[in-house]
Amino acid sequence: MLSNLTLLTFCAVLAVLGLIAFVVARAKALRTRQAGVAMYAQPDQYAWFSVLATAGPAILVGAVGAFVMLLLGAEIPTPYLLAASLVIAAIGLFVGVMQVRPDFHARQAIERVIRLALACAALVSIVTTFGILLSIISEAIRFFQMQSLWDFLTGTTWAPGDSFLAAAGRGGEVESVAQFGSVPLFVGTFIISLIAMLVAIPVGLLAAIYMAEFAPPRIRTLAKPVLEVLAGIPTVVYGFFAAITVAPIIVDFAGFFGLDASYNNALAPGVVMGIMIIPFISSLSDDVINAVPDSMREGSLALGMTKSETIKSVVLPASLPGIISASLLAVSRALGETMIVVMAAGMRPNLTANPLEDMTTVTVRIVAALTGDQEFESAETLSAFALGLVLFVVTLALNMVSVLMIRRFREKYRTNTL
Amino acid sequence: MSQSFDEITAQLRRRHRRSANLKRMSMGALILAAAFLVVFIGDMLVKGLPAFQQAQIQIEVNYSEQAREIPPAAVGDDVRSLVSRGYLRLIPSRMEENPELLGTQRMEWVIADSTVDQYLKGHNSELRPKEKRVVDRLVEQGRAELRFNTTFFTTGDSRMPEMAGIAAAAMGTVMTLIVTMAVCFPVGVMTAVYLEEFAPDNHLTQIIEININNLAAVPSILFGLLGLAVYINFFGVPRSSPLVGGLTLALMTLPVIIIATRTALRSVPDGIRQAAFGVGCSRWQVVRDHVLPLSLPGILTGSIIGMAQAMGETAPLIIVGMVAFIPDVSASFTNAATVMPAQVFTWAGDPSPAFVEKTAGGILVLLAVLITLNATAVLLRKKFERRW
Repeated sequence: MLSNLTLLTFCAVLAVLGLIAFVVARAKALRTRQAGVAMYAQPDQYAWFSVLATAGPAILVGAVGAFVMLLLGAEIPTPYLLAASLVIAAIGLFVGVMQVRPDFHARQAIERVIRLALACAALVSIVTTFGILLSIISEAIRFFQMQSLWDFLTGTTWAPGDSFLAAAGRGGEVESVAQFGSVPLFVGTFIISLIAMLVAIPVGLLAAIYMAEFAPPRIRTLAKPVLEVLAGIPTVVYGFFAAITVAPIIVDFAGFFGLDASYNNALAPGVVMGIMIIPFISSLSDDVINAVPDSMREGSLALGMTKSETIKSVVLPASLPGIISASLLAVSRALGETMIVVMAAGMRPNLTANPLEDMTTVTVRIVAALTGDQEFESAETLSAFALGLVLFVVTLALNMVSVLMIRRFREKYRTNTL
Repeated sequence: MSQSFDEITAQLRRRHRRSANLKRMSMGALILAAAFLVVFIGDMLVKGLPAFQQAQIQIEVNYSEQAREIPPAAVGDDVRSLVSRGYLRLIPSRMEENPELLGTQRMEWVIADSTVDQYLKGHNSELRPKEKRVVDRLVEQGRAELRFNTTFFTTGDSRMPEMAGIAAAAMGTVMTLIVTMAVCFPVGVMTAVYLEEFAPDNHLTQIIEININNLAAVPSILFGLLGLAVYINFFGVPRSSPLVGGLTLALMTLPVIIIATRTALRSVPDGIRQAAFGVGCSRWQVVRDHVLPLSLPGILTGSIIGMAQAMGETAPLIIVGMVAFIPDVSASFTNAATVMPAQVFTWAGDPSPAFVEKTAGGILVLLAVLITLNATAVLLRKKFERRW
């Protein structure tokens, strides 16, 4: 490929220029110094400054040019762009070497450049958030131009059906109209998350209480890694476990009581998701319970309370904001969990509250919409972004509330932890 | 109204009993969590260990002129349905590579069909009664047995369970993680250094901090949507490639590395910084020569844990198309590829028992790698942990 070779040549020339800058600047600085002139910086620092002056603006120009080409569709031939960049590198080399003067603070100049580079790296995370937000919102807007927002939020039928045919210009042949009522998806997500929380919060919290209040140190050091392993298992593995092992057990169990359960029942992914979240809740709650100052426990015990009474009426109320914050984070995880539900929950949007029936979730529909063979422009594909937007907003709100609660908890006990 | 001593004693006993109950219950919860883990690992071992064995049968292979045109002609009628069709397909190409094979006839151990494999492992098999008798006879003669499954570790995906392997997915995982770490390690460490050592305490810094914490809690599937909309549709990165997968995972792993690096930097005592400033170092010199080297073990530990997380991630990769059917092992950044969890996901979609076995086998490999990585991280932390 031509562009690969050009790029390689460009890099090589730039490297050579940088090397020249280093050697020349260093030699000049050494000469100046040997002439007995006191300098503000070391020769190496002048050398590195020259290298930065050579490469920095050149790379910047190249990157900006490439971005403009991509973003604005402006046709700048690549060789011209790279040539311009090299000319700037040469100018930078000249300026850099000129700057090797006794009264130039090379070290501080390097410092400024490095600080700038670090700050740019820190901005990447902000850019990522905006990238998520913009990419999801822009596609979601296109979806809502096709479908009404009200129907999306209140409709009870999710039947993307043949929307891909409409996108392909053959919509007239089919009678059915695609419907995007997301209520069944939200209900399914909610029920599965609820089941997960019913498993995870009691077990996780009790395990945390045991580890923080009762367990001897030896069991503590043994139990922590066990929970960490549970947390480190990939979700796709949990999904397989839910679909292959847990779901048939639940079907058999329900059959034993004369109940009819689907193999894609909501209970299996819910329970397994709960298991997945146990370590999350237990480790966060463990930290919070440990942060409750011992003086409060001692006070309670001194009044003749038993251990369980101390835990119930002193430790838990004190750590409640932290535990709620952990639970909210766990809920946001359950809502966004994908693989377990994709593998174990159903595909059929089903508005029901019976956990033995199959139901589907927001994340399942996102995956289904984006792994099919539809056109990207079709309403079904774009509906994934609308669902993603809802997911993003809900999880973001949960995280915010959770962060605020944990901050309040920390502030309450900051003075006492010493 | 006063209580008698007996009543008070009884009340006291009740209260202590309740206390003991809470202890038992909370201990039960922990045991329950551990039991889940044991059941889970046990279930995977029972289902997955057979995948590491593969039935092979010893048959006569006739490398005739005819076999080059119609490969099934190379084996006898009675055992033809027992031999893997994937193996038969390879016969012509093997004859091309070794011309001296032509016209010879030799006894060879060959990979058996998955139905034979399942039959030998004692599962339900679709073998016809007649074929079962043939297999039984071969077993008696010592010409059919379960051997270590090298195919599983050397090939890519296949529609035939006996020819399917994890190697292509493993290579895809390696390539993807190279991209991920190449992007997110430098950016993550630089961000953490900026926030801990350089940044003034202003609004922008606070926004960045809040933002990083939020990013850590964003559902992973949304990163997939970002990758699809930005990388693939906007920048035109090839779909399904390790490049786009790695870039997507990099954004997801970034907060993990930033948070770990900040913790590591914070654990370096201020005295060291002050001493370095005292002898006239600039801020960058302090960081480069003192703070970073001292916090390197912590940074590496955090990076390994982040890498393990990225390795197990599937959802965002499915969105950017990394669930492709990849039969060949190839080390390329821009060709379509798949990763180990995605391979597990693909296999899990096939309900046949032979593929359930492969899925569980793939999971065992994945878990082994992840546990090794995490154990390395823990050991690294133990070895280099320093109390100041």
